Amino acid sequence: MTGTLEILAAGPMMTVQDRGRTGFLRFGVSASGPMDGAAFAAANALVGNAPGAAALEFALTGGRFRASRDVLVALTGGEMRAEAGGRPLAPWSSARLRAGEELTVGALRGAVWGYLAVSGGIETPLVMGARATHLRSAIGGHEGRALRPGDTLPLGPEPGALPRRLTRPLRPRHGPIRVVLGPQDDAFAPEILARFLGAPYAVSAQRDRMAMLLEGPALPAARGHDITSDGTLMGSVQVPPSGRPIVLMADRQTTGGFPKIATVITPDLGRLAQIPTGAMLRFHALSVEAAEAEARAAARQSAEALADLAPTGA
Amino acid sequence: MVLNPPAPRFLPCGDAALTVEFAPGIEARANALALALATDLEAAPLPGLREALPTYRSLTLSYDPCVTGFATLRAALIPRIAALRPGAVEGALRSIPVFYGGPACLDLARLATEKGMAEDALIALHLGAAYRVAMIGFAPGFAYLSGLPAALATPRRAEVRQRVPEGALGIGGGQASVNSVAAPSAWSYIGQTPLRLFDARRARPCLLAPGDRLRLRRIGEAEFDALAARARRGEILFDPETPA
Repeated sequence: MTGTLEILAAGPMMTVQDRGRTGFLRFGVSASGPMDGAAFAAANALVGNAPGAAALEFALTGGRFRASRDVLVALTGGEMRAEAGGRPLAPWSSARLRAGEELTVGALRGAVWGYLAVSGGIETPLVMGARATHLRSAIGGHEGRALRPGDTLPLGPEPGALPRRLTRPLRPRHGPIRVVLGPQDDAFAPEILARFLGAPYAVSAQRDRMAMLLEGPALPAARGHDITSDGTLMGSVQVPPSGRPIVLMADRQTTGGFPKIATVITPDLGRLAQIPTGAMLRFHALSVEAAEAEARAAARQSAEALADLAPTGA
Repeated sequence: MVLNPPAPRFLPCGDAALTVEFAPGIEARANALALALATDLEAAPLPGLREALPTYRSLTLSYDPCVTGFATLRAALIPRIAALRPGAVEGALRSIPVFYGGPACLDLARLATEKGMAEDALIALHLGAAYRVAMIGFAPGFAYLSGLPAALATPRRAEVRQRVPEGALGIGGGQASVNSVAAPSAWSYIGQTPLRLFDARRARPCLLAPGDRLRLRRIGEAEFDALAARARRGEILFDPETPA
């Protein structure tokens, strides 16, 4: 351990996340990891961390923090007011925070999930190969739980980067949420599939790291809503007997017994997660081939944005 | 035995995963094929594959769309599947101690009445079957079993219990389970194992793997309490005849 980050104040849903746990789906352990992977990756890049370093994720509300050594800090995910040692800190950029100074992070505006990366990364113990927190199973992160004031987190070795800012967009900002129909689109009649793709849906207040419940026209399945459980993904749009679609997210159950009408494509998962409660969205279907091409284009755009950070001179 | 089983379906799951569906419902052959394909892909991975998740009837494969794709994988998987010998993968044999009493023995008396059996006869039937871990899902380490004797099949209860204890042995329709963690459930429960199927603190967090073969061993309350105390301390407790 080469220093610590102390949590002085925290919203109700602040967790340690890295890129997520792999290799344990077959044991019923979901990947966890960030709700908005692109924003998470940007936060790490801005402080000079390796892409897999652990950072803090928070929902809506920021907090107050203090580091025991000089560090770089970066905030991403959305717009928010923040100060590092009393100096304004713009989101999507990094700045120095001297040992003992306070970092204050206000509420997110027009977004839901924020990320705070600290140079060196959060080095809580690896649990099943990852530091990501799965709250429901109390796995990983800091004691498997959401962070509270008074928690002190170990930091890794300082990578020694300079403060920088993002100069290019990480991803397109607008447009429908793109899906590939299936794996169980054949459980729905053609007019129900047309309803799913034609109607607006609102993001309801029933949302967390496991799932987002949507409000809108019901999607009854032709032969009932029980299927023999099969695998789920982050982005699976499952439809329970209520007919109201549920998008499964980072902390989802690994298997599910409701038909999945479609799957949100990975480049749009972060944008979906960031849609404020009550806001409307529409779905748009792509072929598998088109979705894979979009994924490759999104990976390029994100990599180019993270390779083109500009010094802030701070 | 079906000589020409239906070809598996390749179901798209977005831009970075697909599901190979061997059957629409619970079928021993489909489960064996899903497990055999997962083992085969572990032994000889395909480029760009990330992770395999076997279930009762299918195998969900996630992949990197910058390296491979749905069409490429389907073309590579078809001959691999055709060459599978689903019986060839023998899971580990595990002995699971079970106490048919205590706080998880919630439905034994009702099931015995409903099925017109003495409780001990019902226990003997449950205890004597050869089970296989068909799938792990719902929660970390939660084992869905195949092999439940048909006479023990029981419809799900209308009422969901909000907290069924960890380690409970359940029956839901024709499926059986060994629950890993305390959780809500509409299944019926007749016993409990002191083993902790999942404990993230252990070097080996999950005791069971899909495909494992299970034999149940009846224990009394005193042995349950003794084993449960050791399991809580993080000990891996398989029976001596089934080394971990």
